[in-house]
Amino acid sequence: MDTLLSILTDHTFQIVALGTGILGLLSGVMGVFLTLRKQSLLGDALGHAALPGIVIAFLLIQEKNMLILLLGASLSGLLATALINWMTGRHSVIKQDSALALILSSFFGLGTALLSYSQQMPNAAQAGLETFIFGQASGMLRQDVYLIIVISLLVLVLVAVFWKEFKLITFDADFARTLPGPYSFLNRLLSLLIVVTIVLGLESVGVVLISALLVNPAIAARQWSHQMKTVIVLSGFFGLFSGIIGTLISSAGSQIPTGATIVVVATSITLFSILFAPRRGLIARRRQVKEKEKALQTRLERRE
Amino acid sequence: MLRDKSITVENLTVAYDGTPVLLDADLEFEKGKITAVIGPNGAGKSTLLNAMLDFIKPLTGQVHYYLDDKKFTYQDIKQRLAYVPQKASVDWTFPTDALDVVLMGRYGHLKTGQRPGKKDRQIAKGKLNQVGMLNFSDRQISQLSGGQRQRVFLARALAQESDIIILDEPLAGVDVTTEKVLMNLLRQEAEQGKTILAVHHDLNTITNYFDDVVFLNRQVYAYGSVEDVFTPQNIEKTYQQNRQEAEASLIEEESGKAMDV
Repeated sequence: MDTLLSILTDHTFQIVALGTGILGLLSGVMGVFLTLRKQSLLGDALGHAALPGIVIAFLLIQEKNMLILLLGASLSGLLATALINWMTGRHSVIKQDSALALILSSFFGLGTALLSYSQQMPNAAQAGLETFIFGQASGMLRQDVYLIIVISLLVLVLVAVFWKEFKLITFDADFARTLPGPYSFLNRLLSLLIVVTIVLGLESVGVVLISALLVNPAIAARQWSHQMKTVIVLSGFFGLFSGIIGTLISSAGSQIPTGATIVVVATSITLFSILFAPRRGLIARRRQVKEKEKALQTRLERRE
Repeated sequence: MLRDKSITVENLTVAYDGTPVLLDADLEFEKGKITAVIGPNGAGKSTLLNAMLDFIKPLTGQVHYYLDDKKFTYQDIKQRLAYVPQKASVDWTFPTDALDVVLMGRYGHLKTGQRPGKKDRQIAKGKLNQVGMLNFSDRQISQLSGGQRQRVFLARALAQESDIIILDEPLAGVDVTTEKVLMNLLRQEAEQGKTILAVHHDLNTITNYFDDVVFLNRQVYAYGSVEDVFTPQNIEKTYQQNRQEAEASLIEEESGKAMDV
């Protein structure tokens, strides 16, 4: 109990937990859009594709300025998306799953190659760029957390303001296009906000695990509700919970990196939800089938 | 009789990768009429709609809309046109209920960022009532049958309170009761002077439900009132091309939008 208290009052823990918690909240919210748009894999590809952008940005400015590095991550993520869209567009024969795999691995490969090149430079190791691969939440600084809070607030406010439009675009994009209103702009804005979320999460959970933080809370939340509003709130909460509890477990001397612990917590919530959620959970569904079969049997017996 | 035109299609040619899927189509749709666009799979029916709705850019040709004796382009009359996509085009496991989907029909009347109000809710409920779905307002959409889903889609279009309704295969995979409910409602709309246009594939129901018919198989073979042009000759002419067009239809299906389910 004493150790728990000492962790909770520890200043470093508070900073890191605040940062990962807010990141989890944001990923949870945006992950709902990502999964409902059936773009879960795109999130994974974007995460991996961000790596070369981070390294190139570093090579250009020769210092670990977080904003610039994340800008580089965004640019290479957007380039990857554009390439995927171009490859799967009408003028190509590549199917989306192949395009995603191709872009994901080649960008990531390029990223790791550039990374080892940059390690040979005098100040690269000090920059610790390789932490972007699996993330290093424990190294989060106060100004990193401020950046996370400001950007998250901005994204969440935009989601609240354009809630009606974002929901429509996600549910029925064809119909949205036939309505008056800036739907094609809003569609691009929504994609941009998803990219921003991914890039922002890179520092804490890394390029490899970021999609887990986006997808897990969303599919877990979907198990508990049929209303998008509830799903979003719940998903945001699951993300927040994963971030804080993951950081707590990691800080309690487990030696497991924070990012990985967060993902383990998020995955546990998903597993629990898939099994035990009322109505949509696997166990509830099995019970419903059993009950139906039983009812059918008694009906048949009565007929005899 | 003077035709009271509502939509004109002039010299419309649409090509995917240089292969024409719609060739030099000239058409006129009339106000107050229900028009069916018929033709075999891959005849370019959905392509015609897509070009009329600015989803795809035609190679040549124009589409004009006429409202209150004035001539408009599609972008100018967006608010006064309701579109009902094929029901297979959306994810029905999406976390939302029937009333919510119908409310989307009101979005065109609201500002960006503005939430639907009491009046919108009332209109949406009224439309759900018209399609016989009021008791299903808060039903999760995944739990609706195929016919019920199509009813919800029509209710959404009606909630738009538009002058033109364009439907893509509204009767595909729906039960007979729903078919009658939908077509009765569309008839009421037409009687109020609205223009109804539907892609349709069932030749058996043309005479029951439609006033005008367009025979399409990459090009327009005939169009006019069902009485005049719905003849065995025109049907044969339009559908005999089927085998030769199979290749073209493949190209169209691969290109995405035109999915026949």
